[in-house]
Amino acid sequence: MKNIVQSVFLLLMLQLMGEVLHRLLRLPAPGPVLGMIILAAYLLRRPEAMESGLRRVTAPLLNNMGLLFVPAGVGVVEVFDVLRRQWMPIAVGVMGSTLLALLVTGVLMQWLLRQSRSFPGGESNEP
Amino acid sequence: MSPNVWENLGEQTLHSIRVYLPAGALFGLTLTVGAYLLAQETQRKLGGSPFANPLLIAIALLAVSLRMTGMSYADYFSGAQFIHFLLGPATVALAVPLVESWEHVKRSKKPLAVALLAGSLVSAVSGFVLVRLCGGSHQVAVSMMPKAVTTPIAIAVSQHTGGDSSLTVVFAVLGGVLVAAVIEIVFHQARVKDWRAYGFAAGTAGSGIGTARVMEMHSLAGAFAGLAIGVNGVVTSLLVPVLAQLLHNW
Repeated sequence: MKNIVQSVFLLLMLQLMGEVLHRLLRLPAPGPVLGMIILAAYLLRRPEAMESGLRRVTAPLLNNMGLLFVPAGVGVVEVFDVLRRQWMPIAVGVMGSTLLALLVTGVLMQWLLRQSRSFPGGESNEP
Repeated sequence: MSPNVWENLGEQTLHSIRVYLPAGALFGLTLTVGAYLLAQETQRKLGGSPFANPLLIAIALLAVSLRMTGMSYADYFSGAQFIHFLLGPATVALAVPLVESWEHVKRSKKPLAVALLAGSLVSAVSGFVLVRLCGGSHQVAVSMMPKAVTTPIAIAVSQHTGGDSSLTVVFAVLGGVLVAAVIEIVFHQARVKDWRAYGFAAGTAGSGIGTARVMEMHSLAGAFAGLAIGVNGVVTSLLVPVLAQLLHNW
């Protein structure tokens, strides 16, 4: 990737390719996700493409991702009534599913890593 | 070139700016960036507390502003869409951190795959079931399913499966803030000490906000959290549409 414009073009192009694939092949994954998979496959084959230009475009996007979610999040004003009427199932759902996912993933992965000693790296650091 | 030419050019440019971004749209765009800056400043003042999440604060500030000024969400979005659109390229850009941690993936493929599949399945199914058991609507339950995955992907999946993307964003932020706030207590109790498992779980359950939290604790945990975001994005976007289909009638 020689310059920024090329990198911007690459990202938009892959998103577009993802959208086309999503529609043509009726794939369940959304267009930008398919674009991400294509880019990952490309970068694994050609790591030198990651240097300079591409990072100069991806870094500001990834480092300020919080800002990008704001417009969709403000849509909460449109669903305010839903939140007020169903606050109880929503609170239980968010807290329950988040804690369950955290515990299942963490405990299971630590157990699996211990099972096989062939994965040295990050064992047993007391946080 | 005569000064006259420059004058005309200036006028033309101003004219085009007015045409492309009418005052209302520019207001929504500027307000969004301003609110986010204010939210970041607020978090800094509060000592970087994970409960003072900038995204959550910015959304609250803007929601209150819209209510007070009587501006409709559609009018606001006519400007804010220029920021919203960047979620697409940002999702594609997630390939970069994914590829950067590829060596770790290759070394522990099986534990990663099993833990991630279990985690994302538990997150989606328990979110749906808990909402329905407590009397929530089908739409709220579906919007809950993709909330653990990184938000641009969650939005796309939610829209695709008949959920409400605004609800999904709010759920995602709440879930992420929860992970950031309680992970130390929970994993101390559960005796999870391996940094790879620690980070991977934070990324799977709390995506970006969870990742930011463990990044402060240990770099290896941060790398695995980032990895979880990327892989979970793929897994969830394939898994949730199928699950939503299966749970269609409940």
